[in-house]
Amino acid sequence: MTKAAKKPILRLKNVSKVFAGYQALNDVSLEVYPGQVLCLLGDNGAGKSTLIKVLSGFHEPTSGTVEWDGQEARFKSPKDANERGIATVHQFGGTFPLMSIGRSFFVGVEPTKGWGPFKRFDRKYANETAVREMQQLGITRITDGERLIGSLSGGERQASAIARAVHFGAKVLILDEPTAALGVKEATHVLRIIMQAKLKGIAVILVTHNVSHALTVGDHFAVLIRGQKADDFAKGERTRDQITDLMAGGEAMAELEAELNTLTGTINQIH
Amino acid sequence: MSAKATASKAASKPGFDITNIARRPEFGALIGAVAVFIFFSIAGGSGFTDAGGWASWLNVASEVGIIALPVALVMIAGDLDLSVGSTLAASSMTMAILSGFFGLPTWVGVIAALLFGVLVGWLNGYLVTKTNLPSFVVTLASMFIVMGATLGATRLIVGSTSVTMTADPFFQIIFGNLIFGLFETAVVWWAVIAIIVSWVLYKSIFGNWIYAIGGDMISARATGIPVNKVRIALFMGSGFGAALVGVIQTCIYNGAQVAAGQSFVFNSIIAVVVGGVLLTGGYGSTLGVILGTVTFGIVNQGIYYTGWDADWAALILGLLLLAAVLTNNTFRRLALSGGKKEKKND
Ligand SMILES: Nc1ncnc2c1ncn2[C@@H]1O[C@H](COP(=O)(O)OP(=O)(O)OP(=O)(O)O)[C@@H](O)[C@H]1O
Ligand SMILES: [Mg+2]
Repeated sequence: MTKAAKKPILRLKNVSKVFAGYQALNDVSLEVYPGQVLCLLGDNGAGKSTLIKVLSGFHEPTSGTVEWDGQEARFKSPKDANERGIATVHQFGGTFPLMSIGRSFFVGVEPTKGWGPFKRFDRKYANETAVREMQQLGITRITDGERLIGSLSGGERQASAIARAVHFGAKVLILDEPTAALGVKEATHVLRIIMQAKLKGIAVILVTHNVSHALTVGDHFAVLIRGQKADDFAKGERTRDQITDLMAGGEAMAELEAELNTLTGTINQIH
Repeated sequence: MSAKATASKAASKPGFDITNIARRPEFGALIGAVAVFIFFSIAGGSGFTDAGGWASWLNVASEVGIIALPVALVMIAGDLDLSVGSTLAASSMTMAILSGFFGLPTWVGVIAALLFGVLVGWLNGYLVTKTNLPSFVVTLASMFIVMGATLGATRLIVGSTSVTMTADPFFQIIFGNLIFGLFETAVVWWAVIAIIVSWVLYKSIFGNWIYAIGGDMISARATGIPVNKVRIALFMGSGFGAALVGVIQTCIYNGAQVAAGQSFVFNSIIAVVVGGVLLTGGYGSTLGVILGTVTFGIVNQGIYYTGWDADWAALILGLLLLAAVLTNNTFRRLALSGGKKEKKND
């Protein structure tokens, strides 16, 4: 599964995005390959979510192009991107907390039974399918499709969103900080699910602030600093410390630590 | 499976779990309806509990309910409709002017009135989705616009603020009759609307879209749901409900008044919120709204059987509304905390 062996499914060419004079993305080029996990790293406000929103059709780039499967593509709406097979799980949820698992799983693509005026939402099928797909991703605690999404744990919610993408044959799965706010166990589980998606040949774009999580699942890494791509490398090409430094916005972590040291004097004991 | 199921039916049937019932959106409304019924049965005596008493609150509830049910759909989708009162009056007046003042057949007036209601709804929806302004503001504006236009146009055409008409016998029977001499036909219309609205919300895929739009409009749009069309259709539904009550009232009172209907604006919202629909949208049930409407009807009419001043009804309704908003939040939390503990036996 080397880079040369495959064509990128999604490619950004010199993409910039300007919000009312503020340049959130500056000349970013990226390639996304099937069956690989691309980790998007960067400090708060670096432009990761903005980049993802360009890829998922929420924003059109101010300049530059997006290529889908070798062809230039313009995603005019999230629906556009969705129909190509780009599934996005946005930061802060984006799911429907007050809907049942079965209903939310099929929002916009509801299964029906019956015909003509008696055509109706097939709740049983929806619930069973949603539960089965989640169980296949190892979320065996979920047995009732009537439960509300909001009653699930953070990890289970991420899992339900990923299960949905897998079920509907997504080719690219974009996850904006899926492991933030999760405990160690839940985060591990989400990472395992990401690996499962990858093994199915899905291209995964993963945004995270957590170096360990990135190193665990990432095949390729791109680092954004203030809207620019500061680095772009494959697994094993950088050390953990180098990545950490890059993620802190290019400042050497050691310097930061030294600075913190003078404030607290205890940072070395923590490590 | 079946042998096992019968053996442990009582234990595993989710419906038997009291916490599960408490988690349903209509639970608060059920408690409210039962509480006010018991209260007025005691305070109002046999006058309230006999057939005449039932008819009095059912009649009030059904007129409010015909509007509250489609308004509930609007609110579950995250919008508000404050224009239903004006729409009611305008539709009623449209019918009375056409079929009374101009002497056209009743069916012309009925169809024109219903079309008018749907049109106002469409306009509300169109403006809300085009301008992206809160529907609160847009429908507040249309409430005044429609009210002013009705008043002005009626004065111009008729020269007064009320118009009399007598409906053809057929329409008199289906819209303005008293069943057993007590129950308005509105009760039947309410039941019909309840069945249709329940079908839409639970059985049609449209219902799923309504919940999704109320839950998270941006995500709903991203999944390809025609969000604007759905919202416009829902406003058309509440416009239709208001117009239907307008038609019913025209038949019952043999005419129309420009000032009719404004009480329905807040009464429908009270019924919907007491019925467990969240003001933020995304959550609610038709059964809850029906119970909320029943609660409203009981308080509104029960007060007359107690011998107390009718003004106290407003106080009770206000308190009930406040309690409902507070408990709705609690129930939502309960619903979201959903059965992690109940899964012990599997
Ligand atoms: N719609 C918008 N309008 C104006 N500015 C925006 C908009 N969206 C993002 N920005 C700005 O663009 C910059 C990048 O934001 P973005 O959300 O992409 O950061 P991020 O890398 O995802 O950060 P975090 O790690 O905190 O999620 C920020 O300074 C933000 O304020
Ligand atoms: Mg972000």
